[in-house]
Amino acid sequence: MYRSNVLVCGGTGCTSSHSLLIAEKLKEELRDKGLDKEVNVITTGCFGLCALGPIMVVYPEGSFYSMVKLEDIPEIVEEHLNKGRIVTRLLYQETVEDDTIKSLNKTAFYEKQQRIALRNCGIIDPEKIDDYIANDGYAALGKVLTEMTPEQVIQTMLDSGLRGRGGAGFPTGLKWKFAAGNQADQKYVCCNADEGDPGAFMDRSVLEGDPHVVLEAMAIAGYAIGASKGYIYVRAEYPIAVKRLQIAIDQAHEYGLLGDDIFGTGFNFDIQLRLGAGAFVCGEETALMTSIEGKRGEPRPRPPFPAVKGLYRKPTTLNNVETYANIPQIILKGADWFASMGTEKSKGTKVFALGGKINHTGLVEVPMGTTLRTIIEEIGGGIPNGKKFKAAQTGGPSGGCIPAEHLDVPIDYDNLLAIGSMMGSGGLIVMDEDNCMVDIAKFFLEFTVDESCGKCTPCRIGTKRLLEMLDMITKGKGSLEMLDEMEELCNYIKVNSLCGLGQTAPNPVLSTLRYFKDEYIAHVVDHKCPAGVCKDLLEYSIIKDKCYGCGMCAKKCPVGAISVTGYTAPGKKKPAYEIDPTKCAKCGVCIDTCKFKAIIKG
Amino acid sequence: MKSLAELQAIRDRAKAQLDLRKENPNAAKVLVGMATCGIAAGARPVLNAFTEEIAKRGLTDSVTVTQTGCIGICQYEPVVEVEIPGQEKVTYVKVAPEMVARIVNDHIVHHNVVTEYTIGALK
Repeated sequence: MYRSNVLVCGGTGCTSSHSLLIAEKLKEELRDKGLDKEVNVITTGCFGLCALGPIMVVYPEGSFYSMVKLEDIPEIVEEHLNKGRIVTRLLYQETVEDDTIKSLNKTAFYEKQQRIALRNCGIIDPEKIDDYIANDGYAALGKVLTEMTPEQVIQTMLDSGLRGRGGAGFPTGLKWKFAAGNQADQKYVCCNADEGDPGAFMDRSVLEGDPHVVLEAMAIAGYAIGASKGYIYVRAEYPIAVKRLQIAIDQAHEYGLLGDDIFGTGFNFDIQLRLGAGAFVCGEETALMTSIEGKRGEPRPRPPFPAVKGLYRKPTTLNNVETYANIPQIILKGADWFASMGTEKSKGTKVFALGGKINHTGLVEVPMGTTLRTIIEEIGGGIPNGKKFKAAQTGGPSGGCIPAEHLDVPIDYDNLLAIGSMMGSGGLIVMDEDNCMVDIAKFFLEFTVDESCGKCTPCRIGTKRLLEMLDMITKGKGSLEMLDEMEELCNYIKVNSLCGLGQTAPNPVLSTLRYFKDEYIAHVVDHKCPAGVCKDLLEYSIIKDKCYGCGMCAKKCPVGAISVTGYTAPGKKKPAYEIDPTKCAKCGVCIDTCKFKAIIKG
Repeated sequence: MKSLAELQAIRDRAKAQLDLRKENPNAAKVLVGMATCGIAAGARPVLNAFTEEIAKRGLTDSVTVTQTGCIGICQYEPVVEVEIPGQEKVTYVKVAPEMVARIVNDHIVHHNVVTEYTIGALK
């Protein structure tokens, strides 16, 4: 029995800032001090507060050390773990109040969160099945197999109101019901872990921090629809997730929680991993299944839907990682418990990956119906450097931008659609006054043009033409008519594309046109970029009366565009400099260099 | 895994370690003085004895054992403070590992303070 547990975050964010070295150093120091039998070092999944990594929490005190450095370890071991004196200086300062130390759960970042899908992340060791079982793991599978009929399981899912967390929000219970209703000699359960939206990383965190929950939920789905085989389609770009999933599958086999005759009930279920090779379109359900079959990952028309003809043309149910992460809790705590959270049509919680211009970059899980304002200003800690909020982008390349006027809309599937965005997988990118909305639309279009599989014409050619128009606008070559043309093309692509990728690809353009038309007009009529992002519309110049003639900008200019003039401003000793706009590469180095704020862009 | 009982057995075995990783504001607290004076007087075996005893009795979800610094009565170390919510804090002095089982049983479980071990019993 250990007296103290030190949890070190082993998620991708903290791993990249060397948390695994910190865990090793901790173990080494503890061994040297003879404390290794008393203090347990555990590498966990993501805590969510990625901005403060590497993160380390010491229990039973619950001391939250943030941005831990290797050289801090000996002090923490000697002072805290040996002598019981918490090293207040190194704690996350928001947990320190005068002389007392606040609980992590009372900080602004965690207080408003409600963790269901992420409940084990940052608590259990994802590579130990016993840790998962200790926190009620596999109890839901046990309950389902020994006490419930498949019909009862499906009814529970229907009653809970759980909707797909991959983005489209289709009711999970209904999906299962369709698949259960189709008779076949073999059915399949698949898990979509091909998280491809730029800025979304919630599925990765579940896979890295709590892989068993996905296995358990897939087995429950298998029992409900009558499937004995499952596939997890996971991105190859998530090496930690892949490794931990494989460990989890092996451990579950060893314990007989996967395989034949689970819990002695005669139910057989097995899961295999399939690695996706990085195509965004493989997150689309029919393309994903085609890819599992070993073919080129391209979508096919629906119907037939996967519940009728899915993987290997057999009835299949496919759910997203986060959807699965909710299921064991719904089985154990009941549909009513789950349905008591959220809004009328969107139940439960949603995990958002906060990124962009926000202080607390990381993962948050909040009840459906929480407002954007709460997420951004309270949990996310607001926008850095006192800048003004401009928009939040949800749903990645399929979603849209939400302007400040909608900050108080309660977030759920239907409200987001109504304001021209979508839930998507839950990426939430915050933008401030320095972001150009035309540029943002162009960024997402570049992504969809790259990722369009090319099978259907509206998406392959339509997105390309859209991007060309956006490119012209950012170069000052657009026109007002072009904006109308763009809108028409957007609607055409939406209606005529084969799969979700094309059907949603115009959303970033449509939503920015809807809420930020003035910025588009500034680009096409005035040939100006109000945010100062689009380089072709920018001109850098030196205000000669402010220039002291120090020449620093000329020294730093990489293209030699700055030279001295014959004019000396009143009160200055040296002649001023000027920028040759024909040579200027618009890199902005001169602005950062000038101490006198004599250089402007616009 | 052939039965729910097997799963339950694994759960029971692993749960105590996990309880340590949850914050429980209503838990009874055992604070062992672990400053230099405490360690020198033998506080470490006392601390470990408490951890073992609490785990053995399956009390990990209702009692936390933590270290604390020097509270200024170095001559009476190892000093252990027991705080049960809603009751007055009790300070035990010159605690030895052999005394731990009795403190846990009498005080923490049955709420009878072991008066002869407390600071008040010192002459």
